Amino acid sequence: MEHAVQQLAPLAVTPVGFLWLIPLFPLLGAAINSTCGWWLQRKYGKAVNHCIAIGAMVLSFALGCVAFAQMLGLPGEERFLQNTLWTVLTAGPIHVDLAFALDPLGMMMVLVVTGIGTLIHIFSVGYMADEPAYWRFFAYLNLFIFSMLLLVMGDNFVIMFFGWEGVGLCSYLLIAFWYTDPAKAAAGMKAFVVNRFGDFGFLLGLFLLFWGLGGVWHELPTGKLSYQPNVPGQQLRIISGEPATNSTEAEHREATIEIGPTLNFRQLRDQVVVEATGVAQRLLHQKLFGFGLLAMVGILLFVGAMGKSAQLPLSVWLPDAMAGPTPVSALIHAATMVTAGVYMVARLSFIFALSPTAMGWVALIGTLTALFGASIGFFQYDIKKVLAYSTVSQLGFMFIGVGVGAYWAGAYHLLTHAFFKAALFLGSGSVILACHHEQDMRKMGGLGKLMPTTQKTYLWACIAIAGFPIASGFYSKDEILWKAFSQQHLSLLGMPAAWLGPLIYCAGIIAATGTAFYMFRSYYMTFTGEYRGGHEDGHGHDHGHGATPKESPLSITGVLVVLASGAVLASLLGLPASWTNRPPILEHFLEPSLPATVHFTEHPHWMEWLFQLFGVSAAAVGWLFARALYRNGTSQVPAQLLARWKRAWTVVYNKYYLDEIYGATVVRGSLVLARILSWIDSRLVDGVVNLAGAVTRLVANVDGAIDKYIVDGAVNLIADCTIGAGRSLRRVQTGRIQTYLYGALAGALVIVLLNFLIK
Amino acid sequence: MMGHLSLSHFLVVGGLLFCFGLMTVLTRRNAVAMLMGIELILNGANVNLVAFNHYVAGGLSGQIFALFVIVLAAAEAAVGLAIILAIYQMIRNIDTANITSLRQ
Repeated sequence: MEHAVQQLAPLAVTPVGFLWLIPLFPLLGAAINSTCGWWLQRKYGKAVNHCIAIGAMVLSFALGCVAFAQMLGLPGEERFLQNTLWTVLTAGPIHVDLAFALDPLGMMMVLVVTGIGTLIHIFSVGYMADEPAYWRFFAYLNLFIFSMLLLVMGDNFVIMFFGWEGVGLCSYLLIAFWYTDPAKAAAGMKAFVVNRFGDFGFLLGLFLLFWGLGGVWHELPTGKLSYQPNVPGQQLRIISGEPATNSTEAEHREATIEIGPTLNFRQLRDQVVVEATGVAQRLLHQKLFGFGLLAMVGILLFVGAMGKSAQLPLSVWLPDAMAGPTPVSALIHAATMVTAGVYMVARLSFIFALSPTAMGWVALIGTLTALFGASIGFFQYDIKKVLAYSTVSQLGFMFIGVGVGAYWAGAYHLLTHAFFKAALFLGSGSVILACHHEQDMRKMGGLGKLMPTTQKTYLWACIAIAGFPIASGFYSKDEILWKAFSQQHLSLLGMPAAWLGPLIYCAGIIAATGTAFYMFRSYYMTFTGEYRGGHEDGHGHDHGHGATPKESPLSITGVLVVLASGAVLASLLGLPASWTNRPPILEHFLEPSLPATVHFTEHPHWMEWLFQLFGVSAAAVGWLFARALYRNGTSQVPAQLLARWKRAWTVVYNKYYLDEIYGATVVRGSLVLARILSWIDSRLVDGVVNLAGAVTRLVANVDGAIDKYIVDGAVNLIADCTIGAGRSLRRVQTGRIQTYLYGALAGALVIVLLNFLIK
Repeated sequence: MMGHLSLSHFLVVGGLLFCFGLMTVLTRRNAVAMLMGIELILNGANVNLVAFNHYVAGGLSGQIFALFVIVLAAAEAAVGLAIILAIYQMIRNIDTANITSLRQ
C-alpha cells in the first residue's frame, strides 16, 4: 500500500554465475532418462531412473537455496540476480539473450517448483512402482521442471515463452501418459489445444506491448495517420537517492534506462516504472482502434493466463487433465504449471496496474471461475475431479488477488495452494493406490482407520484450504478477499467500478464456503464410516489384493507429512499486518518485484478483524454442513436432496454442460468452417486450378499439332526427297564400265552438238 | 592416181578406226576384246596425228607423239591384261557384266 510513497528506481543487477545450472540439472536428467533410460531400467532396474531424476531435482533445489541465501544477504532494492549466457538473436530493436534472472517473486517460484517438485518426484517412486515405462515418466517430469524453471527464471519474454510452451508440451505428454487409452490421449490433446488458444492471446498481447513501446500513431489534421517512432536505444540517466540530504551514503546509484521496445523484463519494468521516462504516460494515452492499448495488452496477456491457469471459459481442459497419473496432477495441474498464469500477471503487475479495465476483467473472471469451480466441486464423486475443480476455484481466487492489485496476496495464495493442493492430490493418490486405482469416493469410506498418516495429512490440508486460521489457506484467502473489498482501482469497460469490490468479496465468501464444504465432503466420504469398496471385485482380482486397503509406503507418507506441515507453517509468512503491526514477511520480501502502485481504502483494524471473522465462519459453515451430511456416510439427507433437486444437480454435475456448449459451438463451428473451406478448396480453388490446367492443355495441343504437322512435315519432306533422289540415282551407278562409257560418249556427243548449235 | 591420196583419206581411215574401236569397247563384254577395242581407238588417234603432221604441221613432232602413244598403249595393255588376269583368278570369268565391284 505504501509502495507509491517512495520514488521508484531502476533495478540494480547482481550478477550470479551459477543460475543457469538450476534449470540445467533437470534438463540433464530428462536427457539421460529419455535417451538411455529404457536401457538403464532393463539393465539395472528402476532405481537408477528415479535416482537420476531425483538427484537432478535435489541439486536444482539446493542451488535454488544457495541463490535464496545470497538474495537474502542483499539489500531489498538490489535483489535481482542475473546470469547472461549468450545472445540468441539480435534483429533491429529485438535483442534476445539466453539469460536467467531471479527477483524475489521468481525466487519464490523457483523454490516452490524445485522443492515441491522434488517431493513429488519422491512420491512418484512409490506411486509409479508398477509402471513399465518408468523411465519415460521420470524423463517427462524432469523435462517439465526444466520448462517450468525457464518460464520462471527467463530474463526476457522469449525464454519465458519457451518455458511457457514447454510446460504445455509436458502437460500434454503427461496427461496422455497412458496413451493407449483413447480417452486419456484425447484429454491430452484437449489440454494442448485449449492451451494453444490461450497462448495465441498471450502472443498477441506481447506483440501489442512491443509495438506500443516502439512508437505512437498520430492522427494528422488531414485525417491521415503518421507514425512517430521512438528512437531505439535512447537512453536516460537516472540518479536515484538524494545525495544532498544523505551525505553518509556517498555513493548514490546511477543507472541508465533504455527506452524503446524491449523483450527484457527488467528493461520493461524500469522504463515503465520510473516516471521520469514518461513511458507510462505515453502508454496510457496510446489507443488502438479506439481502445486503450494497455487495456488490450492486459486482456490479451490475461487470455494467455486463462488458458494456462484454466480460467473461464478456457477451464475445460483441467478436469480432463486428471487422466494423467496422480503425481502429475499434483505437480503440474495443481502446484506449478497452472499457476504460471498468476505468476505472469504478477510479473507484469506494473503493466496491469496501469490499466484498471484489464484488472477489472482479471478480477471478474477470477471471481466467476472461483464460484464456478466451487459449485461443480459440490457434486463430483471422483476424488480427483473434486480436487480438479477445487484447483480451478482456487486459481480463481489467485486471479482475484492479482486482479484487484493485491499481487503479493495472489502470489501468497499461489504458494500456500501449492502446498495444500499438492498434499491433497498426493493424499488422494495414496488413497487411490490403496484402493487399487478406484477413484470413486462412493466406493471408499472408512479409510481413516486403515491409513492414519494419509488421513491426518489430508485433514490438515483440508483445514488449510477451507480457511481456518490454524493453517495457511486462511491467511492468503483472507488477504485476497479483504483487498478485494477495499479496492478502489478497478474499472469495467472504462467506467470506474468501486462497487465491484464488495461484489467480488461476497462471491468470494460464497466460494470459500463452498470450498470448505466440498473439501470436507471429500474428506468425510473418503476417510470416515465403513469401507464400501472391495466387495464386487472378488472375481476380477483373484490374486487377493482386492481386500482391505493398507497404508502406503514411507516414500509416500513421508512426502505427505512434509507437504502438510508446509501447508500449516506457510501461514507464518503471511500473518496479517492488523495482527502484528508489521507487513507480512512475504509481502516485504516480494515488494521489490511488485512495483505496481494500486490504492486501497484504509479501513480501521476492527473492520479487518470483523471480515476475518466472516471468513472463518464461512469455513465453519461449510465444514459443519459437510459434517452433518457426509460424516460416516450414514445420513440420508444427501440422497433426499439429490432426489429433490435432480434437475439442478444434473446440470451442475455435468459441469454446466460447458463441454457440450464447446462441442456445439467451437467444435461444431470449427467443423463447419472446415467443411466450408474444404468446399471452397475443392470447388473454387480447384476449379481455377483445373481451368488453368485445361487452358494450358489446349494451348499445348495446338502447339503440338503445329510441331507435328508443319515443322516435322517440312523436315520429313526434305528427308523423303533426299531418299527418293538417292534411290533413283543409285540405278545409274551399275559398276559396269560400259555404262560409264555410254555416259561419257553421250556427254561428248552433247558437247559436240552444242558446239555446232551455238555456232 | 597415186598423187590423189589427200589428208581426208587418212582422216576417214582414222575416224573409222576410232569408231570401230569405240563400238568394240561399248558392245563387247569380254574384257580382252575391250582392250583390243582400246587399241583400235588409240591407233585411230595415231593415224590422225601422223596425217596432220604430214599434211599440216611438217617436221617430226606428230610422228614422235604417235610413238609415245604406241608405247603408252603397250604399257596400258600390259597393265590391263594383268588386271584381267587377276580378276579371272578371282571369279574365273572375264565377262564385264559380272564385274560390278566398282559400284561400291
